[in-house]
Amino acid sequence: MPIAFSQGFSPHPKISYASAAPTGVGSEAEYLEIGLQREVDPAELKVALDAALSPGLDVLEAVLAEPGGGSLADRIDASHWRLELPGVEPAVAAEAVAAFLAAPEVLVERMTKQGRRSFDARAAVFRCAMTDEPDLPSGAVAVPCAIIDLVVRQVIPAVRPDDVLSGLRVVAGLEPPVPPRVTRLAQGTLTAQGEIVDPLDADHVGASASESASR
Amino acid sequence: MSVSSVFPQLEQLLPRVSKPIQYVGGELGAVVKDWDDTTVRWALMYPDAYEVGLPNQGVQILYEVLNEQEDVLAERTYSVWPDLEALMKENGVPQFTVDAHRPVKAFDVFGLSFATELGYTNMLSALDLAGIPMESADRDVTHPIVLAGGHASFNPEPIADFIDAAVLGDGEEAVLEITGIIRDWKAEGCPGGRDEILLRLARTESIYVPRFYDVDYLPDGRIQRVVPNRPDVPFRVAKRTTMDLDAWPYPKKPLVPLAETVHERYAVEIFRGCTRGCRFCQAGMITRPVRERSITTVGQMVKEGLEFSGYSEVGLLSLSSADHSEIGDMCSGLAEQYADTNVSLSLPSTRVDAFNIDLAQELSRNGRRTGLTFAPEGGSERIRKVINKMVTKEDLIRTVVTAYTNGWRQVKLYFMCGLPSETDEDVLEIAEMAHEVIRAGRAAAGTKDIRCTVSIGGFVPKPHTPFQWAPMERPEVIDARLKMLKNAINSDRSLGRAIGYRYHDGEPSLIEGLLSRGDRRVGKVIRRVWEKGGRFDGWSEHFSYSRWVEASTEVLPEFGVDLDWFTTREREELEVLPWDHLDSGLDKDWLWQDWQDSMSEYEQDDCRWTPCFDCGVCPSMDTEIQIGPTGKKLLPLTPVTNLRVPA
Repeated sequence: MPIAFSQGFSPHPKISYASAAPTGVGSEAEYLEIGLQREVDPAELKVALDAALSPGLDVLEAVLAEPGGGSLADRIDASHWRLELPGVEPAVAAEAVAAFLAAPEVLVERMTKQGRRSFDARAAVFRCAMTDEPDLPSGAVAVPCAIIDLVVRQVIPAVRPDDVLSGLRVVAGLEPPVPPRVTRLAQGTLTAQGEIVDPLDADHVGASASESASR
Repeated sequence: MSVSSVFPQLEQLLPRVSKPIQYVGGELGAVVKDWDDTTVRWALMYPDAYEVGLPNQGVQILYEVLNEQEDVLAERTYSVWPDLEALMKENGVPQFTVDAHRPVKAFDVFGLSFATELGYTNMLSALDLAGIPMESADRDVTHPIVLAGGHASFNPEPIADFIDAAVLGDGEEAVLEITGIIRDWKAEGCPGGRDEILLRLARTESIYVPRFYDVDYLPDGRIQRVVPNRPDVPFRVAKRTTMDLDAWPYPKKPLVPLAETVHERYAVEIFRGCTRGCRFCQAGMITRPVRERSITTVGQMVKEGLEFSGYSEVGLLSLSSADHSEIGDMCSGLAEQYADTNVSLSLPSTRVDAFNIDLAQELSRNGRRTGLTFAPEGGSERIRKVINKMVTKEDLIRTVVTAYTNGWRQVKLYFMCGLPSETDEDVLEIAEMAHEVIRAGRAAAGTKDIRCTVSIGGFVPKPHTPFQWAPMERPEVIDARLKMLKNAINSDRSLGRAIGYRYHDGEPSLIEGLLSRGDRRVGKVIRRVWEKGGRFDGWSEHFSYSRWVEASTEVLPEFGVDLDWFTTREREELEVLPWDHLDSGLDKDWLWQDWQDSMSEYEQDDCRWTPCFDCGVCPSMDTEIQIGPTGKKLLPLTPVTNLRVPA
């Protein structure tokens, strides 16, 4: 693909990732912008990238960014997560979630590049609830398994799923016996009704989006 | 019996370790096959961290050669960092491959590539994590054959107790032959168990199986003899040589890592072997004769390798790349083909002459200037005669000044400390040379804005070289000389400010010396060091000199020898060396004569351009020098069309 490069002595490919998922979590909804030297058919780009990427990294859709549509970062203000907690009774997790939601503020700590920081993990949480999803997550061997559905607003500093898990520990002493499995399900613009709008929707009106709106 | 992935268990540990991405695999170029569809299965290990091991050419080549065989499966495994090692032990997760995360213990062969002896403790960690008995004698038919390769396997005696077999030399054909032997043996129902398969390997006369050889010692600790303990194995085991590199254009599908690694480029070996005859250089001695890959094959590999991988850097590698008979056309041809792209081309430039600069100039045509490195190796003309690095001080200064006048602002100079017969004065001359380089460079370039970096490492005498008999210098003497050199460089403040100084302490070199020229008794030291926590000995933050000294002091007195005996002691002509039964093709009498010539500062020419001087390799290995020029050029700029063979 005719990828564009930055100017200068050591040119870098023009790629920018919008709110990339943290290390160690799964994601079904990552978004990135790629600068190209000339226009290519998005369907062709999708196939070419997918062929080069590792198994498990699948390119689902590519669209041409419409002029004046704003950057991806402007179109993402919330993220939808699923937290699987193998070895945790759903009832125990539910109590912790209730305590978390009831608290006006939940202070948690995390190591950042600037050192250890303390911040509120509660305010950014739009929704946190036990899911009624009946299926057990794949690969989780320990039964029972609590599953939490989480929608978090994009704030600074970012509140990540592990911060919410830290919050559950702070308010209710919830200590999963094995590391929880976290998956990002969606991200985009949060509507007043609590829906998350796909950030590529703005570009779907464009002619080039025909084939690909089926995620 | 199918084998399942350990990834579900491993995945739970990954959030708790540093750089977890190095353990997930999934690289472009990685191959995952169905276990049950294959009959011979190899786990290939580079016994260092992923970031160092992944770019290794040897492993990538064998990985591809093996996986091209339909019924063969090859996967890769690397050393896990101590944080993950502790968690794996605690949670019962075994050493795994990164390709399909299968347990190493389930494979038929566990092949390790030792570029350096400092990886030995990491092998023990891997065996321990894999659940494979640490000593060959304790393994049974269910365990993989633990096979060592790489340059260090030219003296595998220090790890003789831990490995089942070793291959000396080029691996491309060896792995296929070994695969064939294992395939047949398995098809017959594994008759005779472990001893039988090892015997079949040993009978090839080019696979060394330590258990079939006994070592006797003299009362003073020297080796009396190394002899087969059964009649059906050879007295000496010969190295492998792959001839006609054009027939083996690997890697064709270079691995592209997701994690950061030390080299991120497509490396093409433009020739193998070197006959410059630098007396310290084990690689140059054990890889003879010179075998060139032709300009057209190199061009084809670069084209296809870049298309496959998307790398934007190409390294034209070998032991002395400027010596390729077609190097001029190769560099200008490639530079032209990639002039309008983001691809940068580089040539490891250790030869100290102006031709090297011409080539670098050619490669930097698209404005991407790579660094220039020269390796005079010795500070004084006298010591350069000792090591057979034929370059005069005037040549060196003229060459570096040419680089400055051609626009380079920075050059690197490589040296060694602790060379045989070296004095303080030999090392101090490096400072004079560096001062002169800057003085002359400033004058010629008309600017003060030039720099040079002096890099100096400790000399380690290696088996199968003329210096295999040489005494090592003590670490405190090395360190004192390095300090003296630093002071001398900075004695002139104006010049000293333009000179960077990088050095390696003497202590790790001494231990490398112990492992390089050690015998089977040193295996006990390695094991003791590992038990005391020794890991990643090639990393200064993990290496502990005192741990090696303590372990040597605990283990070696029982045998009447000590650390000094293995390192700082000069050997005599008739002493049986631990690797005498391993045949690199070099005639021992020739090596001894070259050692004597070295001490009388007598130089040896390169047989690439002068008549044969009887080092012994070609006749004893039935090989010959293979060089061009082929007369062909890298001209056609149109893409090569795919030829379709009618079905």
